[in-house]
Amino acid sequence: MQIPYTVHARPDTGLFNAKLGVWLFLASEVMLFGALFSSYVLLRTGAPSWPHGFEMLNIPLATLNTVVLITSSITMVMAWASLKMHDFAKYKRYIGATVGLGFFFLIIKAFEYGAKFSAGTYPSESTFLAIYFTLTGLHGLHVVGGMIVNGYFWGPGSKMWHTEPERFTNRIEVAGLYWHFVDLVWIFLFPVLYLL
Amino acid sequence: MAHVAATHHDVHEAIHHAEELSFWRTYVFSLDHKVIGLQYLITSLLFLFVGFMLMMLMRWQLAYPGQPIPIIGNWLGEMNAPGGIMLPEFYNQLGAMHGTIMVFLGVVPLAVGAFGNYIVPLQIGAPDMAFPKLNMASYWTYLVGGMTMLSSFFMPGGAANSGWTSYAPLSVIATTGQTVWLIAMVFLITSSLLGSVNFIVTIVQLRAKGMTFMRLPFFVWAQLVTAFLLLLAFPPLEAAAVMQLMDRLAGTSFFMPSGLVVAGQILDVSGGGSPLLWQHLFWFLAHPEVYVLILPAMGIIAEILANNTRKPIWGYKSLVYAAIFLGFMSFIVWAHHMFLTGMGTVISAFFQTTTMIISIPSVIILTAFFISLWGASMRFNTQMLFALAFLPMFGIGGLTGLPLGLAPTDIHLHDTYYVIGHFHYVVAPGTIFALFAGVYHWYPKVTGRKMSESLGKIHFWGSLVCMNGIFMPMFIQGLAGVSRRLYDGGQQYAHAQEVLQWNEFMSIAAWLLAIFQLPFIINFFLSLKRGRKVESDNPWEATTLEWATPTPPPHGNFVHPIEVYRGPYEYSVPNHPTDFTPQHVPEPAKA
Repeated sequence: MQIPYTVHARPDTGLFNAKLGVWLFLASEVMLFGALFSSYVLLRTGAPSWPHGFEMLNIPLATLNTVVLITSSITMVMAWASLKMHDFAKYKRYIGATVGLGFFFLIIKAFEYGAKFSAGTYPSESTFLAIYFTLTGLHGLHVVGGMIVNGYFWGPGSKMWHTEPERFTNRIEVAGLYWHFVDLVWIFLFPVLYLL
Repeated sequence: MAHVAATHHDVHEAIHHAEELSFWRTYVFSLDHKVIGLQYLITSLLFLFVGFMLMMLMRWQLAYPGQPIPIIGNWLGEMNAPGGIMLPEFYNQLGAMHGTIMVFLGVVPLAVGAFGNYIVPLQIGAPDMAFPKLNMASYWTYLVGGMTMLSSFFMPGGAANSGWTSYAPLSVIATTGQTVWLIAMVFLITSSLLGSVNFIVTIVQLRAKGMTFMRLPFFVWAQLVTAFLLLLAFPPLEAAAVMQLMDRLAGTSFFMPSGLVVAGQILDVSGGGSPLLWQHLFWFLAHPEVYVLILPAMGIIAEILANNTRKPIWGYKSLVYAAIFLGFMSFIVWAHHMFLTGMGTVISAFFQTTTMIISIPSVIILTAFFISLWGASMRFNTQMLFALAFLPMFGIGGLTGLPLGLAPTDIHLHDTYYVIGHFHYVVAPGTIFALFAGVYHWYPKVTGRKMSESLGKIHFWGSLVCMNGIFMPMFIQGLAGVSRRLYDGGQQYAHAQEVLQWNEFMSIAAWLLAIFQLPFIINFFLSLKRGRKVESDNPWEATTLEWATPTPPPHGNFVHPIEVYRGPYEYSVPNHPTDFTPQHVPEPAKA
């Protein structure tokens, strides 16, 4: 039994299965983070006073993290493009860099969290910190998830290149869409939490 | 070159797959959508049974408040029912878990996980779901969620006891069971997310040649809209569940207002949160959820009505557009559950308007079904009886919803037994009747044998009478002002005294309903061995593609490549030798 359109696009929809699947998944992710952002708005408008993010959070570190994540999105695209150009060695370097940058992001985030915790600042302190830790924590989990997927395609999963190169390229495209989404969430998180 | 290699690999894998599947891979960790559908069927029927038993315990307490429950009372434990007399805390747990289990573990997995999984790929002419591994993961995540939910009864303080709605701040300060409830919900939401992505991709991508969108059976349309609702409405509840977990475990105050007094003491939280926020997020899921409950049921009803009236469904296109519109509107009606929260008259006016608008597509669908009956020579088999009963039962459920959707009347009826009666008419003699009908209808395809008609008819008539016996008096009690969630059924309230005698009547009807499920259970198992063997692959002489497969369908479903030539309900076409023309038959045979 073979399921159709796992590799090639269905002519009338122009999509292969996994690509439609990941777009739908991202739609649900939009609703997940959308609900949290809406909660942020509701809690903030209902609060008698609300701290400015820049008073409590470390903007230089977060800016660095923004740069790191955007760079990782670029390396992710380059990884996919390398496969399209049949350059597997280059792909390996770029996907490795993507995973590495993800690690770098998490390390910086851990420093931020660590500084907060060692100063005795916890989510229970205020609604602002509650939503800050929840949003960034959930985003961090998404980064970890993306790193596991990308790490798999960097390591054992990359064997597929030698048997089904086209399907493997599709997989990297789909993983890339998810990774860009994680990047995009951060691009919203950064101004909302740190700058406003 | 690469493509050839890929195809070769896949074919090799497919052959390998068909030949050497162990017992475990065939029946337990199966990737076949039909096996997964049956796993969902059995699990969700068991959960329905569990949910029903919880309710029967509650009905004892309502009918005979403070009296020891005979026999079973001794098994409930001193913590829950000392001397067999149910404690209020335990009653609350039963209430919360009855709702949760029925909705999230019973009806939705049965309607979507079981029927959707089994039938949708067959009806669109696909070999399987688009992502078989995801499909398996979806079932196992559901099972883990369900087991987690049940395990909460063994937590200190018992299961979740803040109602199935888990309103904050009550749920935030509740016992450990609530934490387990939230974790279980995260599993269930993940499961339904995996399932819904799979359904949409399957329906969009894997339709057979010639199966255009307007040739899809209405059941498939219903499942498609349902999948979108699950996909987009569930994540906000997941967000809400995460926030409530934070409130409970990390001590945050998302849903905790400042200065909350619990047991005479001001609660030590930072405050500044909003209990209303939980309600918004919860109902943003839970109202579309209502349509998740009803749409697949309507899909099943459409299949059975067309098949047994031997006529095309009247107004197929209006049905499809109505279902899509229904799905869209269901996202902007949620706050009609919250008229009494003081959210303001402007918002109330908005939501009561959208609520009145959403009744239009429901009426279109129901009307189309009624017109489909006009002039038909019907086959009154068991599934048709259930389908016919669905129409007025769902009609009662829908019409009694109108006063709840209008803010001025809802103020009187909110949180009374009227509400309970209303949504149970939609879900119990509505959706569950449709699901029963589906079981009787598709049983021959799955097993190769028909279920017994005589046992089926006992099941039907008994259920119909008892369902109305339970839920009709709820309207009377509710209009008299009896609140829901009362441990003693309203004995303390002067205004409830004149309608209290109904409690015993309703409880007896509920227990009789349980007895009338025995013929169904016996029928279900006995017919596996004893049922009349079907004489062909298409015993009901139906038109849709699932009947074009061998019985039972093998892994991969269709023996030959299948092509579709016409719409789903070509029954009684004039000048045609048979009264049905299946979708996959090329040319109508000449008369």
